[in-house]
Amino acid sequence: MTTDLAISVKDLTKVFDGRRVVDGFDLEVPKGAIYGFLGPNGSGKTTTIRMMCGLLTPDAGSGSCLGFDILSQQESIKENVGYMTQRFSLYEDLTIRENLDFIARMYRIPNRKHRVGQALANLGLADRSSQLAGTLSGGWKQRLALAACMIHEPALLMLDEPTAGVDPKARRDFWDEIRKLSASGVTVLVSTHYMDEAIQCDFIAYIAYGKKLIAGPARDIPKTIGLHTWRVTGPEISGLEAKLRNAADTMQVARFGSVLHVSGTDEATLTALAERFGQDEAYKWVRKEAELEEAFIYLMSGVEDNFRGAVS
Amino acid sequence: MRWRFSLARLWAVLAKEFIQMRRDKVTFVMMIGVPIMQLLIFGYAINSDPRNLPTLVEMADEGPVTRAIIMGMQTSTYFDFQGIVTSGEQGDAALRDGSANFVVVIPPDFERDILRGRSPEILLSADGSDPTAVGGGTAAMSSIIDRAVAQTLTGPLSYAGVATQPIRVVVHRQYNPEGNTSINIVPGLLGIILSLTMVMITAVAIVRETEKGTMETLIATPVRPMEVMLGKILPYVLVGYVQTAVFLIVSSVLFSVPFLGSEFAFFIGFNLYIVVNLALGFLISTIARSQMQAMQISFFTLLPTILLSGFMFPFAAMPGWAQGIGSAIPATHFLRLVRKVMLKGADLADILGDLANISAIMLVIVAVALKRYRQTLD
Repeated sequence: MTTDLAISVKDLTKVFDGRRVVDGFDLEVPKGAIYGFLGPNGSGKTTTIRMMCGLLTPDAGSGSCLGFDILSQQESIKENVGYMTQRFSLYEDLTIRENLDFIARMYRIPNRKHRVGQALANLGLADRSSQLAGTLSGGWKQRLALAACMIHEPALLMLDEPTAGVDPKARRDFWDEIRKLSASGVTVLVSTHYMDEAIQCDFIAYIAYGKKLIAGPARDIPKTIGLHTWRVTGPEISGLEAKLRNAADTMQVARFGSVLHVSGTDEATLTALAERFGQDEAYKWVRKEAELEEAFIYLMSGVEDNFRGAVS
Repeated sequence: MRWRFSLARLWAVLAKEFIQMRRDKVTFVMMIGVPIMQLLIFGYAINSDPRNLPTLVEMADEGPVTRAIIMGMQTSTYFDFQGIVTSGEQGDAALRDGSANFVVVIPPDFERDILRGRSPEILLSADGSDPTAVGGGTAAMSSIIDRAVAQTLTGPLSYAGVATQPIRVVVHRQYNPEGNTSINIVPGLLGIILSLTMVMITAVAIVRETEKGTMETLIATPVRPMEVMLGKILPYVLVGYVQTAVFLIVSSVLFSVPFLGSEFAFFIGFNLYIVVNLALGFLISTIARSQMQAMQISFFTLLPTILLSGFMFPFAAMPGWAQGIGSAIPATHFLRLVRKVMLKGADLADILGDLANISAIMLVIVAVALKRYRQTLD
């Protein structure tokens, strides 16, 4: 096991009521990286995170988190990891300061008063510290939660869908903060289903139905999938979009403003399609390199099929 | 018409309510369970004219009249003779620890004194700390004796039977000579109040943490489960102390309930009782998914605590199955303990049995609760 891995787990499995919620999951997270954890709802992201930070005992598999064994050293993991839950889970009937103070006591932080004061100042909440946490808006609650799970200065942050239900500006601010932390050496594992957030990650793991479908550096993902893309411009692009969708349902047609990106893994079919529709002079078809956006749309639409498969 | 009443919409709301009702299993069980339990308890278990109360007899003499009286008492069904004591101290001890509600004392030379027309006295010692329980039996005593006299003093002996009062009955109510019911009810109330608040507060406090999601934050920190449990339970032990202090002041100032026994025994007893109730609340918190359910289940446990523990209705008067259920309720044993200590002057040695019973119940509750708690964490 190399020391430049913050997380290294192998074959993690968790069974709830006979259902394999997480199934043979492997992951390696390099130190200092922002690692994005993607997947639809119910794909096992939360369960996986909980196993890695010592909240749940896996039914099978092994691994380490910050060098501590996830099966036997859960207490040490908890001491060194900051975990932010999906749902706001601080005490709504305590004030902002009382919440931070309580969490700080849980970690037995030396010089606690100073540390809490500092956290409040960083948050920009120093003058509102006696406000009840329950009265904060969604964006502020989330910043408070981040401050709370950072209070013991952990080397690894695990954020479970931290920006769900938060407005775009607050989300941008939040990600600025994450990048700052990452630059200072903190490893961040963040689960999300926002594409614009996934793009900000250095590494991506995509899971569905408890299985890891794909993982690697974010820029390699399109290549790994083997995606080919054509860029189409022209008048009345909506009409063409509908026609294309009818013509080839294995292809993925995504619209970016007045431009269509047509992608697929089957290069021959895609080229044939481009030639057929390219005969109309009004439309200009150009090959382009597949990017993360297309890759994510592709992954997400694949998952829709998975859903149908699961239901039937 | 914008405001027209729509039956279709009404039906949709009704259907939705029924679906939700069915999904909420705990509420559903409570809706059916509470009325059934009340019907069974009030219909079968509770008897406000208690019979078959355990009775002991101290016989310093024996003869046909004595036998007739004892037979008459037994057939009246108020009394259930369970044995013989040989001294006054033995009888008093049985009354104090609650193993008997009555002790009948037949004096020496009883038979001879009847025949000589000296109208000897039968002493009926009753446990006055529960006036409802012993009321019926004491009232029936004089007619039982009249009948016994009429049966045995016949033929040549009939002269003794026609004398005015051939036998006198002296009823001695121990512990509560005035037959004041509040003296029985008030100490019992401590058991009910503590049970009500301790169980409900603990259950709700723990479930709230899970329901609001804060439990997840809490267990993600290095805090140990034992620290959480003790930290959550100890404040309510303090609440229990405050309640007990208020209770003692009110019962003494407003109701003039005496406190005759050992303070130390009382202290041990109510601490154990508080802990057993907190454990029960903890157990409920592992079952309930919401604060509402925690309240409902707590209420469900409260019913038998009030009705089957001997708080409102005499325990000895209940049928065997109800006594069986009642014996599994901590309040039953605590009520006996408190009444013994406060009203009968008991000390630690007298309540050891009750303490043992409460401890046994607690052991079961804690074992089940810990088993369930592990399951909910993982």
